Amino acid sequence: MIARLKSYANLGVVPALSILLALLVASVLIIASGLIGSEKKFDLLLPLVAYRSLLVGSFGTLKAMANMIVAATPLMLTGLAVGVGLKAGLFNIGATGQVLLGGFTASLVGVLVAGAPPLIAIPAAMLGGMLAGALAGFIPGFLKAFTGAHEVVTTIMLNAVVQLTVSGLVNDVFRAPGFSFARTAPVGHAELIGVGGTTLHLGVIFALICIPLSYWLLWRTTIGFEIRAVGANPTAALYAGMKPRRMMILTMSLCGAFAGLAGAIEVLRLGYYPAVFGTSIGFDGITVALLGQASPIGIMFSALLLGAMRAGAPLMQIQARVPVEIIDVIQGVILIFLAAEIVVRRIFRLRTTTPGSGELQTITRTYGEKVAG
Amino acid sequence: MDILFDIPVLGFILQFLVYLVQVIVNGHIAPIILGLATPIALGALCGVMNERSGVVNIGIEGMMLFSAYVAFMTALLVHQAYPATPSAFFGATPALVLGVVAAVAAGVLVSLLHAWLSISLRADQIISGTIINITALGLTSYLNRLIKPFDSAGTFKSFRPPAGLVNLPGVGWLFEMFTSVGPITMSVIVLVVIVQILLFRSRWGLRTRAVGEHPKAADTVGINVIRLRYRNVLMGGVFAGLAGAYLTLEATGSFQNNMTAGRGFIALAAMIFGRWTPIGAFIGALLFMGSQAIGVAIRLAPPAGDLGVFLAGVQHAYPSIYNNFFTGLPYLLTIIVLAGVVGRSVPPAADGRPYEKESSS
Repeated sequence: MIARLKSYANLGVVPALSILLALLVASVLIIASGLIGSEKKFDLLLPLVAYRSLLVGSFGTLKAMANMIVAATPLMLTGLAVGVGLKAGLFNIGATGQVLLGGFTASLVGVLVAGAPPLIAIPAAMLGGMLAGALAGFIPGFLKAFTGAHEVVTTIMLNAVVQLTVSGLVNDVFRAPGFSFARTAPVGHAELIGVGGTTLHLGVIFALICIPLSYWLLWRTTIGFEIRAVGANPTAALYAGMKPRRMMILTMSLCGAFAGLAGAIEVLRLGYYPAVFGTSIGFDGITVALLGQASPIGIMFSALLLGAMRAGAPLMQIQARVPVEIIDVIQGVILIFLAAEIVVRRIFRLRTTTPGSGELQTITRTYGEKVAG
Repeated sequence: MDILFDIPVLGFILQFLVYLVQVIVNGHIAPIILGLATPIALGALCGVMNERSGVVNIGIEGMMLFSAYVAFMTALLVHQAYPATPSAFFGATPALVLGVVAAVAAGVLVSLLHAWLSISLRADQIISGTIINITALGLTSYLNRLIKPFDSAGTFKSFRPPAGLVNLPGVGWLFEMFTSVGPITMSVIVLVVIVQILLFRSRWGLRTRAVGEHPKAADTVGINVIRLRYRNVLMGGVFAGLAGAYLTLEATGSFQNNMTAGRGFIALAAMIFGRWTPIGAFIGALLFMGSQAIGVAIRLAPPAGDLGVFLAGVQHAYPSIYNNFFTGLPYLLTIIVLAGVVGRSVPPAADGRPYEKESSS
């Protein structure tokens, strides 16, 4: 047990140090922002002010903490959408499109069941979102399995196709009359309303259930074993009697379903689908999954961390005048340090363990090649 | 001809094909196609440089975006310090020229990060590329928010070919396509041919292909695999930088967040379509972006007959879907072509595999 805990702690060391280093790098940018921003002064303490307001904005009050959890909720799901794929050697960077299609479908189902009691309407709309997301994941999965088109390119292209299709449909077909901008009709009882004066809503529970559920799926079921086997080596999995193609399609659909649920939650929280639905949760999912080392528990923690940053950023922008986009920069720098794991270990004089896990190498190995099976 | 046009479905397609030929030959649409294809072709050249030597580069998108920002800001700062009237040569000013130089430098700099991560540290190359995309998007959006420029250094101007050349019957549109464009667009065709020849006819090209196919064999005959891969990835950065400069200094004269909008990925698909050859990738870029130009053509010169009536009807009933359809065509085509072509076109054998010398521990 203790040995197991130790190995978990070891897994978290490099991510934690990467975060630390990224915050250091970002503070240089923050100081620079003070120099060229509206204040035009050199302030060495500005990063501290910024990070303090980031903390206050996400943990300072009960309401702030609720906002933080609400921001982290969809990130857990998009994190799983990327992370579970990584386990199968698939790099699903199309969570954005799956989120949009899932959210849009959830809003349509929501309108249909708007009159039903919330306990029926909300799950129905969410299920609709999950199925639509699964479809958006199925397409690149199918293409990868049967034509060899790599998911990194097809999912990015699908993101654009989905976004253009959905916004066209909202503008021309599903536009609700009586609003100054293009949006769908209200989802009525399917709306996720905050409880107890905070923004906390029922969707949080659905996301939290998905974490242990995917852990169980990956590590305690045959399907999970096959997913990981295909991720480690598709050819070996084929000779062991598994069907790598089928597993790829299944995994991508599952990933899409997670992302679709995330989209459903975001849209049902809003209560309608706007024609321009700008959301970063799809791409944040990549950071969450890589930071969480593609493990469900790691994904939960990194989603909370990123959720805290997203929730605290507006206060930071007000108090320290640092643009919220700094969060995107911090994310990128964290990822650079994660990829440069060897360098991080050298800086902190850590022992080097076996570098590079098997699944990650499969992603590039299957680039531009047809999958056997 | 009219009898053929009246055949139910086939007639419709015939009408469309005839319209296509007409609009490309007489509609002055050819230079627009080449312009749209320019960043795609340059990105694909970056991809060819990388992948022919065995390095997968998903980060072209981010390299382009970062270079586009650097090009725009450099040109703007120089323009504000030394305002100059546009010269007769493509309307070039010192600001614009320095902007292009800075963009190329920025492209090389980001490439260096990719090379370091994927060649030296042997990180997963696709993850490394994705990280570059995420970081470039974050950093440029952050800087663009911080320094909100309302000014612009302007853009390069298109060359005006003599009217006699453009109006030549039959081939005039070809002259127009390659001359009635800006300097970066005009240089693309030259760069494509140069890289094509070098790749297949020079010592460097032979070594590059050897390293991309069988690095161990190349190493055995004395080629420094690591150094060659570094050099190729950095040279690829030059093309990505040019693509970025095209977006801000030739096409628009401004910078918007995420303005590359997936072009780096379309470039990858064009490269795969062209089977990792520069000329093939260039043709792919023309095909992909030509579909977007058709939307422009239909707006400028609507087709006559049933086809025109049909399109006008759709546009009237579903304006957003109609517009988005043409915007989205390149993305859709990319997916379709990729699904049809991959598997039959074979990437360099060592593509995506980090190289480790056996003697080193």
